[in-house]
Amino acid sequence: MSNRLRRSMLFLPGSNAAMLSTAYVFKPDSIMFDLEDAVSLREKDAARLLVFHALRLPVWEGIETVVRINPLSTPFGMADLEAVVRAGVEVVRLPKTDTADDVRALEAEVERIERDCGREVGSTKLMAAIESAAGVVNALAIATSSKRLIGIALAGFDYVMDMQTERGDGTELFYARCAVLHAARYAKIDAFDVVFGDINDEEGFLKEVDLIKRLGFNGKSLINPRQIELLHNAFAPTEEEVDYARRVVAAAEAGERQGLGVVSLNGKMIDAPVIDHARVVLRRAEASGVRK
Amino acid sequence: MKIVREALAGTLESSDLMVRIAPKDGGLDIVLESEVIHQFGAQIEAVVRETLDRLGIDEGLVVVEDKGALDCVVRARIQTAVSRAVDEWTADWRALA
Repeated sequence: MSNRLRRSMLFLPGSNAAMLSTAYVFKPDSIMFDLEDAVSLREKDAARLLVFHALRLPVWEGIETVVRINPLSTPFGMADLEAVVRAGVEVVRLPKTDTADDVRALEAEVERIERDCGREVGSTKLMAAIESAAGVVNALAIATSSKRLIGIALAGFDYVMDMQTERGDGTELFYARCAVLHAARYAKIDAFDVVFGDINDEEGFLKEVDLIKRLGFNGKSLINPRQIELLHNAFAPTEEEVDYARRVVAAAEAGERQGLGVVSLNGKMIDAPVIDHARVVLRRAEASGVRK
Repeated sequence: MKIVREALAGTLESSDLMVRIAPKDGGLDIVLESEVIHQFGAQIEAVVRETLDRLGIDEGLVVVEDKGALDCVVRARIQTAVSRAVDEWTADWRALA
C-alpha cells in the first residue's frame, strides 16, 4: 500500500484557465484535471492543450497531478493520453472502467507513449473510476489488473443512473462502496469515494465524510476548494489518538531495538496492524494537524 | 502550416485570453490588447510570436485580447486557435511543449 496521503482529490474543469492557473494554492492532496464530463465537446481540443501546459508548471510540488481523460473508445481519449503522459502527469484516471481489460488496454497505450517520449516505463500511474454495475461487479478484477494502479474510485452519478436510482442518503451506494473498498484493500491500493454535490450543505458533507472514513476509504473526490479543509480536518486524528499512536510507535521501536517479537503497551499486546495503523495516524496528524 | 480560415480560441474571463486568427498574406500581424500591456505587453507578444514560430506560422492576422493570462495559457490558446485555423492538424507534442 502506498504511503502517500490521498484524502482530497479536487476536480478542476480542464477548460477553465483561471482555475488551472490558481488551484495549487488550495493544497489538496491530489488535483484532478478533468478532460471528460466537465468539458463540452467543442472545447475538448482547447482543454487538452490547457492541461498539457498546466501540468508543466512548476507549482504542483506536494500535490499529486491526476488527469481524467476521455474513454479510449471516444475520438478524444487517445489524444488526451498522448498529451498528458508526455506532459508528465503522475496519474491517469480512466473513466467508466467496466472490466480489467479496459485497464490493460490503457496500460499498453501508456507504455507505448512512455517509450516513444523517453519517459521511464512504469512511471505513469493509473486510477480506475468505477461508474456502473458492471464495474462494481468486476471491481476485484479491475483493482488487480495492473501494477500501475494506485487506486480505484467510485463515481456516484453514473453509477446510480445505471442502477436506476438516484443520489440520496447513501443507501443507494452501500453495496458499491463496500465492493470497491474490499477490492482496493485486497489489491493493496487506495479507494476514493464519490463527490458530494451540494457545496452549501456542510453538515451533509461532513456526515458523508464521517461515513466513508469509518468504512475505510482513503479519501474523497471534491468539486469545490472549500471542501478541502473540512475534509482534511475530518480525517485528522484527535489529540488522544495521536498521543496513543506515539506511544504505540515508541513501544514498537523499543521492542525492535531489544529484538522482541511481541511488544506490549500497558499490559496489552500490540501487533503489526496496530503499529501500522498508529503510523498512519501520525502521518495524518503531520499532514492535517489535530482535529479541531 | 498555413492559416486557411478564421478561428477563435479562449475566453474573456479573468486569467484567460481570447485569440482570433485569420488568413492574411505577406507576413504576420499581431494585435494585442491587455489590461497589463504596460507591464507585460512585450512579454505576451514574445510568447505569441515564439509559439507561432514553433508551429511554422509566418503569415496571418492574430488578434489577442488578454485578461491577465499566464504564459502557459497564452501558449495553449494560440496553439488551439492555430489548430482550428489550418487544414491538417497533427499534434506534435515536442513542438507544442
